[in-house]
Amino acid sequence: MSGITVKILKRPSFHEREALRYAGCTDALEDMLELLAKTLEEADKKLVYKVCFGEFPINTDGDVCDFGSFKVRSGNLSKNLEGCSAVLLFAATVGVEIDRLIARYGRISPSRAVMLQAIGAERIEALCDTFCREYEKENSVKLKPRFSPGYGDLPLETQKDIFAVLECPLRIGLSLNDSLLMSPSKSVTAFAGIIDSREK
Amino acid sequence: MDFREYLKNNIVYLDGGMGTLLQERGIAPGEYPERWNITHSDVIVDIQSSYYNAGSNVICCNTFGANSLKFDDNELDAVIKAAVENAKKAREISVGEQEKFIALDIGPTGKLLKPLGDLGFEDAVKIFAQMVKTGVKYGVDLIIIETMNDAYETKAALLAAKENSDLPVIVTNAYGEDGKLMTGASPAAMVALLEGMGVDAMGANCSLGPKQLRPVAEEFIKYASVPVVLKPNAGLPKSVCCQTVYDVTPDEFVEEMTDLIKKGVRVAGGCCGTTPEYIKKLTDSTKSFAPVPLTDKNITMASSYTNAVIFGDSPVLIGERINPTGKKRFKQALIENDMDYILAEGVNQQEKGVHILDVNVGIPDIDEVKMLKNTVYELQSIIDLPLQIDTSDVSAMEAALRVYNGKAMINSVNGKAESMNAIFPLVKKYGGLVVALTLDEKGIPETAQGRIGIAEKILKKAEEYGISKKDIVFDTLAMTISADTSAAKTTLDSLSFIKNELGCHTSLGVSNISFGLPNRDAVNGTFFAIALTRGLSAAIMNPYSADMMKTYYTYRALNGLDENCSDYIGAADSFTVTVSAASAPAAKNAEEFKSELQRAVIKGFKDKAGELANELLKTTDPLEIVNNEIIPALNKVGEGFENKTVYLPQLLMSAEAAKSAFESIKSHAAASGDKTSDKGIFVLATVHGDIHDIGKNIVKLLLENYGFNVVDMGKDVPMEDIVDKVVSLHAPFVGLSALMTTTVPAMEKSIKALKEKAPWCKVVVGGAVLTQEYADQIGADKYAKDAMESVRYAEGIIAENN
Repeated sequence: MSGITVKILKRPSFHEREALRYAGCTDALEDMLELLAKTLEEADKKLVYKVCFGEFPINTDGDVCDFGSFKVRSGNLSKNLEGCSAVLLFAATVGVEIDRLIARYGRISPSRAVMLQAIGAERIEALCDTFCREYEKENSVKLKPRFSPGYGDLPLETQKDIFAVLECPLRIGLSLNDSLLMSPSKSVTAFAGIIDSREK
Repeated sequence: MDFREYLKNNIVYLDGGMGTLLQERGIAPGEYPERWNITHSDVIVDIQSSYYNAGSNVICCNTFGANSLKFDDNELDAVIKAAVENAKKAREISVGEQEKFIALDIGPTGKLLKPLGDLGFEDAVKIFAQMVKTGVKYGVDLIIIETMNDAYETKAALLAAKENSDLPVIVTNAYGEDGKLMTGASPAAMVALLEGMGVDAMGANCSLGPKQLRPVAEEFIKYASVPVVLKPNAGLPKSVCCQTVYDVTPDEFVEEMTDLIKKGVRVAGGCCGTTPEYIKKLTDSTKSFAPVPLTDKNITMASSYTNAVIFGDSPVLIGERINPTGKKRFKQALIENDMDYILAEGVNQQEKGVHILDVNVGIPDIDEVKMLKNTVYELQSIIDLPLQIDTSDVSAMEAALRVYNGKAMINSVNGKAESMNAIFPLVKKYGGLVVALTLDEKGIPETAQGRIGIAEKILKKAEEYGISKKDIVFDTLAMTISADTSAAKTTLDSLSFIKNELGCHTSLGVSNISFGLPNRDAVNGTFFAIALTRGLSAAIMNPYSADMMKTYYTYRALNGLDENCSDYIGAADSFTVTVSAASAPAAKNAEEFKSELQRAVIKGFKDKAGELANELLKTTDPLEIVNNEIIPALNKVGEGFENKTVYLPQLLMSAEAAKSAFESIKSHAAASGDKTSDKGIFVLATVHGDIHDIGKNIVKLLLENYGFNVVDMGKDVPMEDIVDKVVSLHAPFVGLSALMTTTVPAMEKSIKALKEKAPWCKVVVGGAVLTQEYADQIGADKYAKDAMESVRYAEGIIAENN
């Protein structure tokens, strides 16, 4: 609650090759580029780029990472956060509309739905990358590569703690389902260790 | 004083922020603020009494998230009880002469409703109902539903409030910078939905400061007939040295609010970041104002979950194609529960430009209650047009209105007492714009005067139910001129009177006028034009009719309703009939392909494949087309996919083209009564907990192409339902899909149950998290890494058995 901020970003630049790769296309064939362009045009108008985030202290004791408000047991995360005095915890989403489009085309044109999935995957990755780069710049810090629940031995259950401290539903309209899936689906939560800690 | 009474003639002041003040008092991140009602009641009473001291008329109990998703029954009751007691105590100890009320505060559950999330609509109603009943039990004066960012969840909460109390209800939603809710609803759409259900006051709270919420407030002032509520944040939150601060000062806040109160805001307060200081300054500077009087805006509208369709000068088009009358293929789709076919009818009409979709799924021997409810739910999952629920079955009507996410059109009521007594209570409860037919127990009057008389009778009865005439659209019944050449005149004369003298909007099922005549479109188009000039507001019509669309676009252009004639120019090309694609010249590389149809399938040309199949059906046996044209083409693409020379989207484009060709064959078969090929039943489902189904939809498309009768159970399907379906159909195959490691256990349970109750059935599994090893572990018969593999496997089993 204290110190949790919402940020709405401008549209990050689009990586066509990356999106095609998510759609399973290793070569940029003409008909696939055409389908991608057509699909992107429709999706682009409906995407949002929202992040809520906060900085938390980090103390590791073996596999246990203590963030003050909650603790997580994960050797991989503990190792990832080695040498960090604080961690940036964030949740990002490109919004609910792409899920509606995927549902719509899933029923009437699965080829478009596959492209939408790919665009959504590329967009949320681009959002997280852009957010982290901007954060580094604005705060004069370096961030470690981000680490999400489900990576390595970091349990998916960690989502519950993240959702509680970031208040994702109220801040960016992101909700957690009983099976720990997120809605909207094109969303990411992650820890990013802060290196160069500043003078407080 | 009664709150409703006070609201009528006064500016009502709400309280300010609670969360930010609790943070100052030391609540930890992630801690439930509602528990503080018990553990820190002194803090809560202190904050609330300071709001009363600042001049607030209404204090929200600290019950925002006091729901059964967070608390067990006993704790929930205790938390709400303490919350109401705290507020009462604050009222007692506070100074000030103003009227003081206590509101039960209901915030969002934090979950998204189905189909976007995993909380069912009725489950949400239950959660809110428990809050309402408990709040009522402990003696609140009114209910405030706030900060919801989704129209559907808001409807669930308001329905729960209405079904479990008679208390006044205020609803405020959280609008974003785009002026819409997170799930897309505009202020006008929310006015349509909530006023229809009888909300007492409504508006916006949270998310933004008063300056950014100004456009939203102005929308409310324009559309809402009930008092408008505004409860903004103290600007935007910023993190400074790990503390949240807001960027609008009390003076800036009050300056904006004062102006908006002058413009018509009637209920004012603050949300996150505001403190008693903000409220004190607000009340001090505005309490001498005379409240802007309430006026009935008299706007006729229907709404979807995102937008409102407003009846006015520009004609409203209501697509009539989701209706089995006279359509064999549609009836077949209903019998087979082929939802994709029905949804495609909706999408196609939307693309043709209709504003509202009529939905009629009534055929004999069908469970219409279930079918209509399901169809409405599915349509509103993928199409953002308002729906017109069209049924004569009152239970089906109620089920559909309940699940509908918006203010529906209701088709229809008529002058019979029985009809009015059944339909008007539903309009009152769920909201709705009801089509009223000018007929009664004595039939359809032959004179305009007779029909007008029935209209007047309907209006009077509606008023008794508290239904305003803006929510009634009259249909004076177009009857065929082939039976009575004066029929059109009677319809139009009564229509004109109702529109111009009674001041109500009108609608007609236009095409009835030409029944029994040749070239009906010509008559329909002209009749539509005449009716528009006589006062027709809306038409239930066929958007595929070029004559009707011509009339629509030219009427708007000629009446100054189409700026720069741009809509007309955009649509003009579509009025000319296109030449059948089959007669188009063959492509250069035609020799690569055995036939034009094969080329269309392989290249993924959807429309062309359908047209070519239609052309071929004139001369060729359907089975021959399937076996010699479509299947070989599909096989070629499928092999390419397996050899990795064809990508998944390409495979799907071909599959969609093949589906389009199959659709031509199915329509042909439905018309001639032939049976299409059937390799057997394949049940498909995404397991419980998994709400994404694109993988399953891909498998479905390919299986259907290869002649399997796919029974699609959808997503998030409980184990018991899958087993029941497989057993009742004695299905030889079932395909289960799972996306997350957390839902694989649900898959394993389903397989176990299937092996026990339906040992004959082969279980194919697939999905993002599955591997061969995983599939073996959970006892599946087959792990299919992609859609083609499911097809090959099932075909292999069938070949073995023959």
